[in-house]
Amino acid sequence: MAETDRNLVTDAVAGSAQESKSGKRSHPLVELTLARIREFVRQPEAVFWVFGFPLLLAFALGIAFRDTAPEKLPVAVESVSANAHETAVAVSRSAALQAKVMSPAEAAQALRTGRVALVVRSTAAAGATNTGNESSPGFEYRFDPARPDSRIARLAVDDALQRAAGRKDAATTREQTFVEPGARYIDFLVPGLIGLNLMGSGMWGLGFVLVQARTQKLLKRLAATPMKRWHFLLSFMLSRLVFLVLEVAAILAFAYFVFNVRIHGSLLSFMLISLIGSLAFAGIGLLIAARPRTIEGVSGLMNLVMLPMWLLSGSFFSASRFPDFLQPLIKVLPLTALNDTLRATMNDGASLGTNAAGVAILSAWGLVSFVVALKIFRWQ
Amino acid sequence: MNAITNSAATESTRRAALRCNALVKKYGDVTAVDGLDLEVRAGECFGLLGPNGAGKTTTVEIFEGLTDADGGDVELLGMRWGAGDDQEMRERIGVALQQTELADKLSVEETVRLFRSFYARGGDVDHIIRLVSLEEKRSARVGKLSGGQKQRLAVACALVGAPDLLFLDEPTTGLDPQARLQLWGVIEKFRASGGTVMLTTHYMEEAARLCDRVAILDHGRVIALGAPAELVASLGADQIVEFRIASDAGEIQDSPLRRLPGVTGMRAKETKEANGGSYLLTVSEIGAALPALLAELERQNLKLDQLTTHQATLEDVFVNLTGRMLRDG
Repeated sequence: MAETDRNLVTDAVAGSAQESKSGKRSHPLVELTLARIREFVRQPEAVFWVFGFPLLLAFALGIAFRDTAPEKLPVAVESVSANAHETAVAVSRSAALQAKVMSPAEAAQALRTGRVALVVRSTAAAGATNTGNESSPGFEYRFDPARPDSRIARLAVDDALQRAAGRKDAATTREQTFVEPGARYIDFLVPGLIGLNLMGSGMWGLGFVLVQARTQKLLKRLAATPMKRWHFLLSFMLSRLVFLVLEVAAILAFAYFVFNVRIHGSLLSFMLISLIGSLAFAGIGLLIAARPRTIEGVSGLMNLVMLPMWLLSGSFFSASRFPDFLQPLIKVLPLTALNDTLRATMNDGASLGTNAAGVAILSAWGLVSFVVALKIFRWQ
Repeated sequence: MNAITNSAATESTRRAALRCNALVKKYGDVTAVDGLDLEVRAGECFGLLGPNGAGKTTTVEIFEGLTDADGGDVELLGMRWGAGDDQEMRERIGVALQQTELADKLSVEETVRLFRSFYARGGDVDHIIRLVSLEEKRSARVGKLSGGQKQRLAVACALVGAPDLLFLDEPTTGLDPQARLQLWGVIEKFRASGGTVMLTTHYMEEAARLCDRVAILDHGRVIALGAPAELVASLGADQIVEFRIASDAGEIQDSPLRRLPGVTGMRAKETKEANGGSYLLTVSEIGAALPALLAELERQNLKLDQLTTHQATLEDVFVNLTGRMLRDG
């Protein structure tokens, strides 16, 4: 048996000829993070979903909810009575309404499908006999009180018809209208979009890469090296930070230049909250991808986690619309915490201190998910 | 580490790079590894041979610390998995798994550099890339490499930590002959520098060329162990005659065949056909045996369908022991 000394082997392999004795070695965490970043930017479709998609969404929603002169509410007048036309003219005299004469069947259909906010039916004959006043017209309003536009239409139609019937205003009123900065829908929307995007890119960006690495046995290969396992998982979170700055900056710049959306609070605390939020979702992404062996499996889990937050967390509309008993649950969702703190900073100029609760919720999500993911991670 | 434990470790490293006793691994009802005893000496190239499902990969992955055994004992470079030395053990072994897909989007150099960063010691990245002859592909994406290049990259990643013990699980499966030769060259260079290699393969010529000793595995057990030439010599023959009898022929009487001049053994090959069938004769003197065989078949009134002869190989050792072909699985 040859007298094989370990050091001899080492040196021989390290530089079998007159090569350098030992190679320069960079820190594994740096190399792992660089690898994540390279893999991401070399995947054009991922770049689109992270950067292009939110901009398109912001643009589409910004256009759809742009602040133009308030539209007139459509109202139907049933054609059964002889004075239907006069009624329609009287209603249309209101600045808020646009009336159209329709057959009862048409009107019912239009109301049901939301094309009109309210249907006016003349009840002049019945009303006349009951009250004994022959010249007084009578109307019945058909509408769904759950629809806000219908409730507005009810008030406006009634006002227009009462005036047409000769009612006089008792007091003189004046109107002064203005637009509060930060109160437009787009102002509400932009922080929500940033929140959504940080959630989406944290989850999709990690989930697929990890599960694919697992199916390719790359994770198993890495597990056979002396690589520290927490380095590997942490590299995913760190790589997210690099893209976070770009993602948030892209949406903010777009919103500023296209819709004149401004940050009223400090930009620094806005970025800091984004960072904590991003880490929280990267942690949750790691946790979701910790076990599944297939892309289908991880997609299902991610949808299961993200869909409720899409709906509940106040990205597109205020979460306060949900019933009170749901509120405590909604409040501890990471996306709610992120959206609320981003929105408070952006629109109300809230300081980091007033956002402490939200920041604490986000940090807890990130930390707990990371630790649990590290514990249960499947390497093969 | 103090002087005493250090010298103890060196002592056991010298004796054996790897040793396992009564190794058992079960997957449900299937026993993948069934009481395996092996010893790999420092500096040798040891081959695990066997058909698919023989337990080669499971065995190697237990050695690599990727799979836990259900029973038995593994000692690797004088250490044991799970005894607090795992990190040190991983530093000192190099691993190429069966069919690892490295990250497609990274370049060759980036991949090697990444793996290099995991090891405290080892060669520099340029040197490793040159060792596996991938200099021209250093900035090519992994996804664009050929099968042979990918496999050499996988071996490069196994070598970056300057391992004492290199595990290669079917390193040349699916490669064309030239790619296989290139990879053999890399393994031989590592051998020449004093490294210990354990490889699994189902290519006999690969085992015969690279390995000092081989263990032939079947159903999770070692059925033969020794130097390739020794194992072939144990057949007591240098030629193998394989012949097939037509299926409409009568029953073959094998004792007269065994007594033919120059024939040292006979074995029926497992086959799915009901009648007839294939037989293997191990033959020491082909010149005497062949005419005698033909005459005997004539005498037994058996119609010969096919007859081939070849130099005895490790494959024949396996067939002689099990009656099955290696690659049938």
